[in-house]
Amino acid sequence: MQSIPIPNVSLPVPFSPEQASTFAPHVDALYVYLVTLTAFLTLAVSAAIVFFAVKYRRRQPDELPRPIAGSMVLELTWTIIPLMVAMTIFIWGASIYFKAYRAPQQAMEVYVVAKQWMWKFQHQTGQREINELHIPVGARVKLTMTTEDVIHSFYVPAFRIKQDVVPGRYLQTWFEATKTGKFYLFCAEYCGTNHSGMGGYIYVMEPAAYQQWLAGGSGAESAASQGQKLFQQRGCASCHQVEAGGQQGRGPTLYGIFGRQQQIEGDGAVTVDESYIRESILNPQAKTAAGFQNIMPTFQGQLSEEQILQLVAYVRSLAPAGQQPGAAAAGTQTTSGPTTGGVPPSQQRSNPLAPTGERQGSPAPQAPPAGNTGTTGNANRRP
Amino acid sequence: MSTNTTAAAGREWRSRFPTVNYLNADYGIKSWLLTKDHKRIAILYLISVTFFFAIGGAYAAAIRLELLTPMGDLMQSATYNKVFTHHGIMMVFFFLIPAIPGVLGNFLIPLMIGAKDMAFPKINLLSWYVFMAGGLLTFSALLFGGVDTGWTFYVPYSTNFSNTYVTLAGLGIFINGFSSILTGLNFIVTTHTMRAPGMTWFRLPLFVWSQYATALIMILGTPVIAITVLLLALERLAHVGIFDPALGGDPVLFQHMFWFYSHPAVYIMILPSMAVISELVATHTRKPVFGYSFVAFSSLAIAVFGFLVWGHHLFVSSQSVYAGMIFSLISFVVAIPSAVKVFNWTATMYKGSISYDTPMLYVFAFIGLFMIGGMTGMFLAALGFDIHVHDTYFVVAHFHYVMVGGTVMGYMGGLHNWWPKMTGRMYPEGWARFAALIIFVGFNLTFFPQFLLGYMGMPRRYHAYPAGEPMWQVLHVMSTGGATVLGIGLLIPAVYFIWSMRYGRFAPANPWPGTGLEWRTASPPPTENFLVTPVVTWEAYEYRPIEEMQVIGPGAPDQTVGGQHPANRGVETEER
Repeated sequence: MQSIPIPNVSLPVPFSPEQASTFAPHVDALYVYLVTLTAFLTLAVSAAIVFFAVKYRRRQPDELPRPIAGSMVLELTWTIIPLMVAMTIFIWGASIYFKAYRAPQQAMEVYVVAKQWMWKFQHQTGQREINELHIPVGARVKLTMTTEDVIHSFYVPAFRIKQDVVPGRYLQTWFEATKTGKFYLFCAEYCGTNHSGMGGYIYVMEPAAYQQWLAGGSGAESAASQGQKLFQQRGCASCHQVEAGGQQGRGPTLYGIFGRQQQIEGDGAVTVDESYIRESILNPQAKTAAGFQNIMPTFQGQLSEEQILQLVAYVRSLAPAGQQPGAAAAGTQTTSGPTTGGVPPSQQRSNPLAPTGERQGSPAPQAPPAGNTGTTGNANRRP
Repeated sequence: MSTNTTAAAGREWRSRFPTVNYLNADYGIKSWLLTKDHKRIAILYLISVTFFFAIGGAYAAAIRLELLTPMGDLMQSATYNKVFTHHGIMMVFFFLIPAIPGVLGNFLIPLMIGAKDMAFPKINLLSWYVFMAGGLLTFSALLFGGVDTGWTFYVPYSTNFSNTYVTLAGLGIFINGFSSILTGLNFIVTTHTMRAPGMTWFRLPLFVWSQYATALIMILGTPVIAITVLLLALERLAHVGIFDPALGGDPVLFQHMFWFYSHPAVYIMILPSMAVISELVATHTRKPVFGYSFVAFSSLAIAVFGFLVWGHHLFVSSQSVYAGMIFSLISFVVAIPSAVKVFNWTATMYKGSISYDTPMLYVFAFIGLFMIGGMTGMFLAALGFDIHVHDTYFVVAHFHYVMVGGTVMGYMGGLHNWWPKMTGRMYPEGWARFAALIIFVGFNLTFFPQFLLGYMGMPRRYHAYPAGEPMWQVLHVMSTGGATVLGIGLLIPAVYFIWSMRYGRFAPANPWPGTGLEWRTASPPPTENFLVTPVVTWEAYEYRPIEEMQVIGPGAPDQTVGGQHPANRGVETEER
């Protein structure tokens, strides 16, 4: 689909939000096309009606016009031509959609947990934010999202993106900001009393400013290392090996499991992705790995969505060198992605696309913030 | 402008009426509440849907007032959420869905096909009682404290989070569904079995075709919403785990089930209006509808394809990309039969004798507004475009163009067109034209700015919006101003319709004149519709010299007087 060129308009379209992502010009171009079509068709039909209404207005109270039954040629014309025009809209719309909902393999990842009525973000480097998200301009950003309660919808008008966030699932969307600035973030799916208050801002920053912002965080611990702590605290380590070549425990060894095809009890195999790890934590019986007993207890209700995401990040980090977290198993379509090699797991958390690549292993060595379960307490927000 | 001559003419016509018609055949409240006459049941529906429309309209006024300012300063968020929910529930389930089938469908189908009544008169009355039971139950839920889930009742908010009267309101909608099913069943059986001799399928007025297609959707689709609402109640009360992910359920499954009914329900709302427009175009241009069979079959095509497009409400709900593409493709296909109808109506006007009577003004309004409503539907069916405008005011504007610009315009046009038949009185033409103009202007002023708001990113169901966007407030103020004009425009007909029942000019049997069988009996018709069973020997919309369009049966009041048709007599005295 990438091969089909999708038209752009970069001129400002009246009554439209700023164009601040790579999608925006595509959507605006389609908008201009649709408005033009609609205006043309509506004006044409209205003009015909006005013309007929004037020309053939009733002049005599009892006049009777000659009946006209119909015309097959005309019927076919105004069936086939509109259908063909409709197909152009379909193809155009579908090509943008296809692009918008296939997350790129390589992207800076941010975890998003929605709840009534706030948006919580965690960067891979550990920084947390609430109702604000700082991202660098020109980088592909992939959001892996879930919600603690009802359905919400992540909507940034300036980026022309929207994705519902559904409880019990990880859903992904992505964007590439093209303009620095402060843009509205809304919840677009009605979510209860304070629905209209569930919003915030996306801050798109120059890469250097973004790096500065990241560095200024008060000693955030990376998501994966927070996950590692949880892994120890919750006793996961007693059954699951995390070292390469270690002895198999009562549960599958997690080293290198992410992105792999896993045989499951019964029939078939699943790709180990974010959703499968989440499901295995909350509902271990659903798809037990082949060759293992169904003995793992459920962690349903014991872990917050954010903690689960941290565990996912940790499992992803348990990979041989060369298998980048950002590279594997993006969403439902891909199984395992190509790798870009070479970077040890501990250093993979920086944004692969960030133009300044020197920020490796950035988690500051200070003490981590207090708990990681709170919803508001440990947000590393910048003023 | 009733001069002495008009009054005298009126008395003259009065004397020619059959002394007994369906309105005065019996008196007393009991004779109405226990009636099996489809015409009286239609009047019962008219009163009840008007009541529910007024309630829905009052909620709309509250919404528009709140949105005058960016801050949520008129009411609290919880109240606002209930207000838009109540507006949606009342308008969708208790006005848009039952209005045209319940009022005009019930009144006209037996008359148009030359039958004495519906196939199942008792079931017809039952359907009204079921409708009232559902409507009043839901209304009581709103009065007790209300519902705040939106009319779409999305889970898990509605099942696990909302502390409002979801179950009671849902029960009302569940019960109301049976009314739709009974009405649909009656329409289908009546159309199949009760047609007069000579009334073949292709001689049926297009109104009947469209109502038939609507009835198909009603009986096939409504059971699904009934099951969905039932599951919702079970989930809410007993946590059975169909929709709750914590119990292994799937919240998106609810959306599939809900829209499997609610998208076809959109066609339950618009097809009857198209039914009306086909009749009005023919009557007020005095020409057969161009491409009769294309218009007839496009109704059926809409009914069939309408069941295959529900997924376009789920483009951003985690549905697979490929499913999204299929639903998008079919959504474009379903737009075509609607376009075909519009083109055929327009072509019907070519070389017609176009009157500017009020029903025709509503036809003009319908075609223009429905064009915009339909075309913006194509915007929303375009996947990549929908991502941006999904759940914004763009969607709100779109469906109001279809539902108000389409359904309400058709309903109003139909009411004016058949008001003489229903009541035996003419409405005041001058006031009616004035009101139609006010409604058209008010409607556009209300809803056009909402397209712009939506594209600018204003999400729907928002109690407050960013104060930092002055243009948003400007557009909202325009919209509220327009809603005021629209509200006034809708009050005018309410007043003159009631006025006309006592003071309106007496209507002849065939005031326009039209060709349908309903015009070939007295106004208002006798209880048994036709004193002798009509035998149809002419095609649909076959206009003849007016003197030949005789009313059927003895007691026919409709004879030309002094070489001039009664309809024109009336128009003359009214207008000059």
